[in-house]
Amino acid sequence: MIQTFLRRLYFVAVALFLAAPLIVVAGVSVNEKQDLAFPPKGFSLAWYAQIFVDPEWRKALFASLSLAVTAAALAVAIALPLAWFLWRRIAPWANVFQILGLAPFILPPVITALGMLSFWATSGFYGQPWTAVISHAIFFVTLPLVTLSLGFASIDRSLVEAAATMGADDRTVLKTVVLPLIRPYLVSGYAFAFVLSLNEYIVAYMTIGFTLETLPIKIFNALRYGYTPTMASVSVFFVAVAALVFGLIAKFGDIRRLLGAMSSET
Amino acid sequence: MKREAPKSLADYSPLFFPGLMLIVFFVVPFSTMIAVSFFQRDPSGFYTPDFVFSNYARFLSLFFGKVLGFSLVLAVMVAICCVVIAFPFTYLLTKRPRKVQTIWLVCLLSVLSLSEVIIGFAWSTLFTRTAGITNLFVAIGLMKEPVALTPSFWAVLTGMVYQALPYTILVLYPALVRLDPTLLEAARTLGASPVRAFMNVVVPALRNTIVATLIMVFVFALGSYLLPQILGRPSHWTLSVLITDQAIYQSNMPFAAAMAVFLVLMSLALVGLTLLVGRKENAL
Repeated sequence: MIQTFLRRLYFVAVALFLAAPLIVVAGVSVNEKQDLAFPPKGFSLAWYAQIFVDPEWRKALFASLSLAVTAAALAVAIALPLAWFLWRRIAPWANVFQILGLAPFILPPVITALGMLSFWATSGFYGQPWTAVISHAIFFVTLPLVTLSLGFASIDRSLVEAAATMGADDRTVLKTVVLPLIRPYLVSGYAFAFVLSLNEYIVAYMTIGFTLETLPIKIFNALRYGYTPTMASVSVFFVAVAALVFGLIAKFGDIRRLLGAMSSET
Repeated sequence: MKREAPKSLADYSPLFFPGLMLIVFFVVPFSTMIAVSFFQRDPSGFYTPDFVFSNYARFLSLFFGKVLGFSLVLAVMVAICCVVIAFPFTYLLTKRPRKVQTIWLVCLLSVLSLSEVIIGFAWSTLFTRTAGITNLFVAIGLMKEPVALTPSFWAVLTGMVYQALPYTILVLYPALVRLDPTLLEAARTLGASPVRAFMNVVVPALRNTIVATLIMVFVFALGSYLLPQILGRPSHWTLSVLITDQAIYQSNMPFAAAMAVFLVLMSLALVGLTLLVGRKENAL
């Protein structure tokens, strides 16, 4: 009895810690005037409209979304053939590429950012919008690579063998058996990369920071010159997008398995 | 279809695109950065090719020593706080129904994916005088009047624990969810209270996981580049902040690159240590 109570208390404490700053930001975002006040004075959703109405914020929103959509697609395009090859073939040295795919994510982000900055500056493309797409794709390739590796590992090889015995060649097997089976992992890999790219600051800042503003860059720049409630409403918008995407993954996929729990146990 | 070794060049074709991308856009930039760390700074532009050790020699200054020492102490504190909070939490979470677990995982992922900019902004708001948490303390009578809690060391620490906590939980989750439940049952059958069973059975059984998680969170915390800047004073800046500052605002790329190389070596050494610890665990 007392133990259940203590456990609840613990869970509530962790939940409060995680939610507190977001609650305050959400509260601040509905202030009627340009105040930094909590509890909010008055109620207004104008600051949310601001994201889409104000040309500067809308531009940043559009830049962020197009960056995230394309970078995540490129990350999946890099990860899919690699994960497929590693699953299909016995080639120990090819694991080098897997390590290369995992490294950008494990190392402190500043390092990837600085590497990209020196690379784009040296090659003369510094500041071009597409450099951020490639940089993000490399930075986040880890996520689709991990989800896809999990996906391939979950395929029952006898299914593939059955198809091959019936005369299907590699391409047909890939199209009719393998791809449908790993589709959920493909989608979640894309979604993870998309959400993280949307939120990413340092790599974007070091590649295109001086020519184009993404939303996180815009928030940071605004933060340095003072406070506007739009920063709060954009932050809430970000939390909502992340919760929506991960909620969808949980609904249509097995998020516990993606995060390392075994699928066999119930 | 069994796994087979590639025979012809065509069998290698799926590797072409990923291999090319990773080499051109990760290995080459990384090498460029290492090369730049030996270059001479050019005040008018970026840098001029050279081979000097002066960028590394700057590490020997007292200022750099202080920043490095502070970064390490801060990251150790973040790692310890996170694991102490996250380990019992994750353990209890794995005992909850699947649905509860899923909801928590979605929330944790949402917080984890948040930009450092947003985390920094959110905590700086929570720590302000006008909208901050001290207003709540005033309302319940703990404090006389609201105060600003930032910039301060504790604000930096809190922000970084906030950032790293979901990461810690998600790193611990697989190990704890796969923990053999019979271990605990045996302890309970023999009369141990749940708390005692947890302390004397679960914690020792996962000792290596705990060490590995501490190191991983430590490396994660070393990478934090904005929170010390938003929530702290310049004396609270870490190595990552200093690298960003040198690269962008002081336009001293060679020095920034040298520090980054140093940070890579340190992180790699630690990640290697984690793998070693993990291997020992598997051998047991």
